[in-house]
Amino acid sequence: MLSDKDRIFTNLYGLHDWRLAGARARGDWDGTAALLARGRDALIEEVKASGLRGRGGAGFPTGMKWSFMPKQSDGRPHYLVVNADESEPGTCKDRDILRHDPHKLIEGCLIAGLAMGAHVAYIYVRGEFYNEAARLQAAVDEAYDAGLIGRNACGSGFEFDVYVHRGAGAYICGEETALLESLEGKKGMPRLKPPFPAAVGLYGCPTTVNNVESIAVVPTILRRGAAWFSELGRPKNAGTKIFCISGHVNKPCNVEEELGIPLRELIERYAGGVRGGWDNLLAVIPGGSSVPVLPREICDTVLMDFDSLREVRSGLGTAAVIVMDKSTDIVKAIARLSQFYKHESCGQCTPCREGTGWLMRVMYRLVEGRAEPEEIDVLEQVTRQIEGHTICALGDAAAWPVQGLIRHFRPVIEQRIAQAKARPMSMAAE
Amino acid sequence: MAKVTVDGIEVEVPSGASVLQACEMAGKEIPRFCYHERLSVAGNCRMCLVEIEKNPKPVASCAFPVADGMVVKTDSPMVRQSRRGVMEFLLINHPLDCPICDQGGECDLQDQSMAYGMDHSRYHENKRAVKDKDLGPLVKTVMTRCIQCTRCIRFAQEIAGVPELGATARGENMEIGTYVEKALSSELSGNLIDICPVGALTSKPYAFVARPWELNKTDSIDVLDAVGTNIRVDTRGSEVLRILPRLNEDVNEEWLGDKARFSLDGLKRRRLDRPWLRREGKLVAVSWPEALAAIAERLQGLSGARIGAIAGDLADAESMVALKDLMTGLGSPNLDCRQRGEKLEATRRDFYCFNTSIAGIDEADALLLIGTNPRHEAPILNARIRKRVLAGSFPIAAIGSTADLTYGVEWIGTGPAALRALLAGAHPFSSVMSAAKRPMLILGQGAVARADGAAVLAAAWQLAGQFGMLGADWHGFNMLHSAASRVGALDLGFLPGPHGKDVAAMVGGGVDLLWLLGADEIDTGAIGASTFVVYQGHHGDAGAARADVILPGAAYTEKGGTYVNTEGRTQRTAAALHPPGEAREDWKILRAFSEVIGRPLPYDDLVAVRRRLGEAHPTFARLDTLPRLACTDMAGPAGDSGGLGDAPFVPFVADYYRTDPISRASPTMAECARTLGPSLMQAAE
Repeated sequence: MLSDKDRIFTNLYGLHDWRLAGARARGDWDGTAALLARGRDALIEEVKASGLRGRGGAGFPTGMKWSFMPKQSDGRPHYLVVNADESEPGTCKDRDILRHDPHKLIEGCLIAGLAMGAHVAYIYVRGEFYNEAARLQAAVDEAYDAGLIGRNACGSGFEFDVYVHRGAGAYICGEETALLESLEGKKGMPRLKPPFPAAVGLYGCPTTVNNVESIAVVPTILRRGAAWFSELGRPKNAGTKIFCISGHVNKPCNVEEELGIPLRELIERYAGGVRGGWDNLLAVIPGGSSVPVLPREICDTVLMDFDSLREVRSGLGTAAVIVMDKSTDIVKAIARLSQFYKHESCGQCTPCREGTGWLMRVMYRLVEGRAEPEEIDVLEQVTRQIEGHTICALGDAAAWPVQGLIRHFRPVIEQRIAQAKARPMSMAAE
Repeated sequence: MAKVTVDGIEVEVPSGASVLQACEMAGKEIPRFCYHERLSVAGNCRMCLVEIEKNPKPVASCAFPVADGMVVKTDSPMVRQSRRGVMEFLLINHPLDCPICDQGGECDLQDQSMAYGMDHSRYHENKRAVKDKDLGPLVKTVMTRCIQCTRCIRFAQEIAGVPELGATARGENMEIGTYVEKALSSELSGNLIDICPVGALTSKPYAFVARPWELNKTDSIDVLDAVGTNIRVDTRGSEVLRILPRLNEDVNEEWLGDKARFSLDGLKRRRLDRPWLRREGKLVAVSWPEALAAIAERLQGLSGARIGAIAGDLADAESMVALKDLMTGLGSPNLDCRQRGEKLEATRRDFYCFNTSIAGIDEADALLLIGTNPRHEAPILNARIRKRVLAGSFPIAAIGSTADLTYGVEWIGTGPAALRALLAGAHPFSSVMSAAKRPMLILGQGAVARADGAAVLAAAWQLAGQFGMLGADWHGFNMLHSAASRVGALDLGFLPGPHGKDVAAMVGGGVDLLWLLGADEIDTGAIGASTFVVYQGHHGDAGAARADVILPGAAYTEKGGTYVNTEGRTQRTAAALHPPGEAREDWKILRAFSEVIGRPLPYDDLVAVRRRLGEAHPTFARLDTLPRLACTDMAGPAGDSGGLGDAPFVPFVADYYRTDPISRASPTMAECARTLGPSLMQAAE
């Protein structure tokens, strides 16, 4: 269990002042100039050494991502883009950082900017986060006024600007290249990769896109040292992470914990346990809507980190734990997710555009059992036809929940179909 | 260069090439829908997926750059499965209405589903239906068939330069459209039909007309502008049903202007299909011998000086050389092809040709447009200019009445005053031209079809010399014609001989017998009542209305005619069908007439006429090729640039959709002019 002294987000619940004075009292902006003075390479090395993996879902090592930026500018500016388009169902961690600890993010932007030679950071905030964007903007203004960013950031001589941009509410704009398109004023559609943003990103310039949480933890890591961070958590899954626990728990909450905490401990210690007790648990989606669901047997023992969850063919994702007790119609729950992905598909590439609608329609028939048993296999094949064949990961994200459902709850679906067949015709028609 | 192994075949491809290109070099065909080699890469159809060794997922080969040592598999189980999956997705919401689809038989989706499609559908839900859009009189839409490949969007944006198409909504609700419904304001919109891989965009006039396998296909040349676009004429029975572009990288790439594509219904209307003779003020139908005898009778006793001939815009070189030989035999020096008084000078070929060549535009680095609107006078050439603009650093200045050319142009004046300023080096663009290594200028017919035309021509040549356009390896002086026959006529010297009369003099009573070879652009109203007018041509247009004798000729689809395009490139049309009724190929009419008057022309078949053409000018013996022109002689045309007037240049083509007898007879073109004319006019203002 994470002790209080090791918490990074000390104002996660908004109990204290979010403004600059309060942030400073909690240690933010402390000796930032000295951190900057370490220089680009040292900063990247430290972040690499900390073992920080991206907190946006994919878990790519942050330090390595930074090191992909060209060492020497070829005349094009470099950009840091912070992905605050938090839209993954079940996830609400970035939101709390934006509204309760905005200065951590801004300070992180400055440090990350220096580490990648970027003089400008764009923070792309989800459109629905109106109040959060306003508060973040206020914090940015404070930082400018205090000379922490701007022409001579923290007196270091480094020029750094931060712009807050509000999106228009499309889930796909959380995909990094779609986010860049949207930021450029175009329709949010993912770009083809390669070229990767580090080579050709925003406005055709080298760009790194990082999640809010990834950036916000950087100042603390640097202040306390990579060794401190990497000792937390498990090997290759270092550090702390904000978990968002929602669903059928007694006290849904956000909590910062070490990676690798057992799922059961996480739910019982912080969220007041599953509604009706652990035995009433049906399934858990451990990392936001796009990762496959886990049945109770796996939930008993699984650890909450990138690699442990991958071993059970799910994923940590954004660490948004969606708990479902036995009152849940699991088929309907997954059908609802299919509807979400169908609605949010950008329509650019074929498998996702056509496949997500297919999934949704079959899923909703399965909810009522209006299907043939062999259609379960067809559905599974359709998810395989989508997965891995699309430009961005939305196709995968749409496929995985359905795959998880079929993998773990096939008998439920079969039973549903059998029941529907057993029903008299007049009722079935209704 | 990178070494890539495709299915065990090793190929060397330039680094930066895509995997798809590497596969093609290895002779492997990759199915595709969204990829088009002349458009930007979208990578969205996912049909071209291939397996690359050490890559866990299949990659879109159209968008994936090659790397040295890459091992590509185009026929592995993974690839086949991926493509089958994509094909199934494409088909689940496709209406599969091939029996009533005009694309049937030449549909990429149809063809590729033969290779990758399933024999039954596993999709038991309702299919998507999309409301059709109205894109104007040329392009018919059946949007339910659309597979969202976005080729049309990219074509409109990149090639046509009219960013009017886009995709609205997202996911499976994504639709292609103009958002606010409107007709596409492009002269290249017909190419959308070719570029659409399915039957979503088809030809409106051709809807439900024919199946591709019913058509006879004849390779030919378009003559409705001076570009010489390579076309294929599709006929069934005695009708031209469709005209499509043919690939020619040096001329039209694979594009075709709307007028060339869609005015074919004009070929069936207002046709002259039998000889006519004016008796007591009324035209009456007569036989060929009667018509020819009437001319021979009128010819009796006329001296050569009182006979004249004017060649029109669509005349083929064969008929022009026959007419010239006939006139010369009759002792007449009164020949002219410059129907609207263009002050063209034929003493040297580079005074009237597009010397840079159309493909040469790609190499130019600065452009000056003088009195021309290439978008209307030669849309294909305009697309080439736009292509060069998109490649970057290509400053363009234009003198004339402002218009939307689909690319950014600096308008530096409306008339010759701007020429004077450039000559004096007083305009900032002078320094741009001076700094350029391969500058070019394009002189339109609007700049020379005026009283001071000769002075404008001289001034333009002077500018070309001043700005280094005339070099040993670069010729940047270009004349842009709008008539297909013009360069050929000038090559033949179809111009007033010694003491010969030009068009104005001939029309103004200078001759007693005037032979119009398809000449409809002259002011026929000005021809005096006493002048006996012979109109030889294929359409009942302005010339025929004034004629005393009408000799029905053949349109370009009905004869093998030689045309020289504005570059000076000699190309030939081929007869796709027979002329209607009693109409005959034009050179044969002249040959027959020469027989009637007892002065037979010395050729009896097409081969002999063409031999005669080759003697008249070497260019006619040099088919399809274009020697790269360099300027060796700096001496300019005879005009004096001091004689420049002040009147602004006026557009030479007032209405793109109605420039010649064929397009004026076409209901489709009339519809286009009605729909698009006013907005085009507005854009020009």
